[in-house]
Amino acid sequence: MKQQLSWKVGGQQGEGIESTGEIFSMAMNRLGYFLYGYRHFSSRIKGGHTNNKIRVSTKRVRAVEDRLDILVAFDQETIDVNYHEMGTGGMIIADAKFKPVNPEDSQAELIIVPFTEIASGLGTSLMKNMVAIGSTCAIMDLPVAVFTGVLQETFKRKGEVVVQKNMEAIEAGYETASELLGDKRGSHKLDEADGIQRMYMIGNDAIALGAIAAGARFMAAYPITPASEIMEYLIKKLPALGGAVIQTEDEIAAATMAIGSNYAGVRALTASAGPGLSLMMESIGLSGMTEQPLVIIDTQRGGPSTGLPTKQEQSDLMQMIYGSHGDIPKIVLAPSTAEEAFYDTIDAFNLAETYQCPVIVLSDLQLSLGKQSVDPLNYAKVQIGRGKLVSDESELDELEPKQYFKRYELTEDGVSKRVLPGMKNGIHHVTGVEHDETGKPSESSLNRQMQMDKRMRKLEHVELHKAVDIDNAHHGEADVLLIGFNSTRGALEEAQQRLEADGLKVNHAHIRLMHPFPADKLLPLMENAKKVVVAEHNATGQLASLIKMNVGMAAKIHSLKKYDGTPFLPSEIELLTKELI
Amino acid sequence: MVTFKDFRNNVKPNWCPGCGDFSVQAAIQRASANVGLTPENLAVISGIGCSGRISGYINSYGFHSIHGRALPLAQGVKMGNRDLTVIASGGDGDGFAIGLGHTIHAIRRNIDMTYIVMDNQIYGLTKGQTSPRSSAGFKTKSTPKGAIEPSINPMEMALTSGATFVAQGFSSDLKELTSLIEQGLNHKGFSLINVFSPCVTYNKVNTYDWFKENLVKLSSVEGYDHSNKESAMQMLMQHDGLVTGLIYQDAEQPSYQELIDGYDEKPLSKQNLNLEEDYFNHLVKEFM
Repeated sequence: MKQQLSWKVGGQQGEGIESTGEIFSMAMNRLGYFLYGYRHFSSRIKGGHTNNKIRVSTKRVRAVEDRLDILVAFDQETIDVNYHEMGTGGMIIADAKFKPVNPEDSQAELIIVPFTEIASGLGTSLMKNMVAIGSTCAIMDLPVAVFTGVLQETFKRKGEVVVQKNMEAIEAGYETASELLGDKRGSHKLDEADGIQRMYMIGNDAIALGAIAAGARFMAAYPITPASEIMEYLIKKLPALGGAVIQTEDEIAAATMAIGSNYAGVRALTASAGPGLSLMMESIGLSGMTEQPLVIIDTQRGGPSTGLPTKQEQSDLMQMIYGSHGDIPKIVLAPSTAEEAFYDTIDAFNLAETYQCPVIVLSDLQLSLGKQSVDPLNYAKVQIGRGKLVSDESELDELEPKQYFKRYELTEDGVSKRVLPGMKNGIHHVTGVEHDETGKPSESSLNRQMQMDKRMRKLEHVELHKAVDIDNAHHGEADVLLIGFNSTRGALEEAQQRLEADGLKVNHAHIRLMHPFPADKLLPLMENAKKVVVAEHNATGQLASLIKMNVGMAAKIHSLKKYDGTPFLPSEIELLTKELI
Repeated sequence: MVTFKDFRNNVKPNWCPGCGDFSVQAAIQRASANVGLTPENLAVISGIGCSGRISGYINSYGFHSIHGRALPLAQGVKMGNRDLTVIASGGDGDGFAIGLGHTIHAIRRNIDMTYIVMDNQIYGLTKGQTSPRSSAGFKTKSTPKGAIEPSINPMEMALTSGATFVAQGFSSDLKELTSLIEQGLNHKGFSLINVFSPCVTYNKVNTYDWFKENLVKLSSVEGYDHSNKESAMQMLMQHDGLVTGLIYQDAEQPSYQELIDGYDEKPLSKQNLNLEEDYFNHLVKEFM
């Protein structure tokens, strides 16, 4: 009995590969297994190789596994592209229709099942995916009944007959594969799971749910991979809450519309990826200069320019921190799991209102689109803080005739009282031009300095629970300190465990507050490490540079950079770290 | 009783003496009082340029935004608090060059708000370059041998983009301009008002006198029907866009706010931010 396995289904885009993976993983999730998914897909609608790799485990997993145990292939390309991941004991189950060939140097065993033929015999070749799932059940010795509930929900709108037919296809796949497998039947049987019900979601779902929980009621956005799911979820859910989503003409409109709505007093957001964020830079400056709250989600993908739109990368980091001309206060958060993405999105709205500045929630493609198991989210942990927003108009003193409210009053912490349009005694002006305390344009040198200092002062004391996650830093003195951000967390954790098993003392720190940079939290860990290894998905070592700038110790910092579009595997971090030592 | 004086503040505009924008400022103040607004319930969102300064010259909530982006920001304000009256304003560079995309989409979207363009057919604040509204042959610092691109016809463009309210005014005719802004504010949808607002410093061709000679007042055209899009288009083409008055209005088309699914009658800015625990748990369960 195994504790974990990795299963992959592959074929041509538009062939139902995604839904096959979805049905398989939903059933595994309901049995209580921990899952972590990875989608390989291309920037096109139909055609081109696509696959969905799902890791199923009795313990929590947060990374794509190095190896592959079961490969479901709907074409030869799937075998040719993926068999390298498989070792001895690996099983390729392939549709007889394309006359599959097992490559000469393949260590895996090829089982040929007539997926299409069986499905056609039962009514329609479309059900070949279900035959494949049935065949998987035979390898894993899973009772096919675990799929009944999922099928009922998936096909309920198509009627009971369709549900029944698909169930028959799974059963037929199970029986045929069982015969063909012989004594290999059940060779990948998993130990029983804990049976606890967990959420199974992509990071974008968690971000969108976080936005709703935080009280966001307006979103303006422009479609882009890999951010669109956030908008699509909110379009489904906000109408029931009285809110609205506008699909704008471009990302500039999205960001400025979100600013306008925040100015009116709504918690509003936009979400995009690198190209969209590049267009939003001027708006981000406006938000910083005019002290209007603004929450932006950046789901990083391969850059530069159009880059690799459907692939993993973390190369927006510097732009998110330093982008927009001039100096503004800005906060950048980087969750590493779907669970953190939920809580950080809520924090983002609180921080944006507390500090009256733009807050960027940085995600990456693997976090945004990789589906993962999440423990049920905690309602009691959802707290809303709106900072110095004047909620009751009667608190305001009466304005002298023709006088404006001091919306930009100089205060010790730099944060001024915020009033909303509609308040009689709150009238003031807002401008991206340098302005005085009432918002009127001013070019006075003294005023300029005081207002700039006031704005920058706001972020001197940003506190975030776990600005640096050091749960995996147990050693007082370490041989190696591994550092990363966003979705590389799982790969770093597993690499750490393997390196420790080899006798090394390894600490792992995952940075969650990218800006203002929590140098003080990182400093002691770095001082007490012989070597610091920074793993990140970009070509220039952006996080390593940030650490050198903010903490120093350049001599002991080593960069592990990966920018081929695929997420780090634990083995890659393990091996590269060993090479450095 | 609120009067136009309540919409005046104590800021002295930095416009050149004789600038057409003074009349636009006065017309907005008068129209706002005439339709019964109060300063705190009016939000004036402006772009960048001489005209963009207008949000700071009216006693109301004002937001001087980004060049070309007044419209999306203003739409965000209206979506955030539908009880506010929202006026977006800016110049022809703002609305017909850098922000043209937003202009067309704001027209299509038809959110209930008013957009006033101060059209002087020149870039004034940057000291005299060509604008998309400059006539062919117009000499400027950036077109020393005369503009070779044809001018944009904003009113015709608005009609073909699905506008529900299209009007044009002239800075010299404060009475008509005030009335047009009033009608725009009362229109349930997006109202576009283009105003010939001469730049006395850099545009020596399209002057007050030039407009007085060339403009046709629709109110003096017998039988003109502003509910007929076809005749509106004909009138514009016949006079090369040089008409003032209410050109076209579709008073039947519901605004965006009335059409969007689920959008609450109560302003979003006044909603309770907290989700009910039961509803939260329901959302969580959907992922299980």
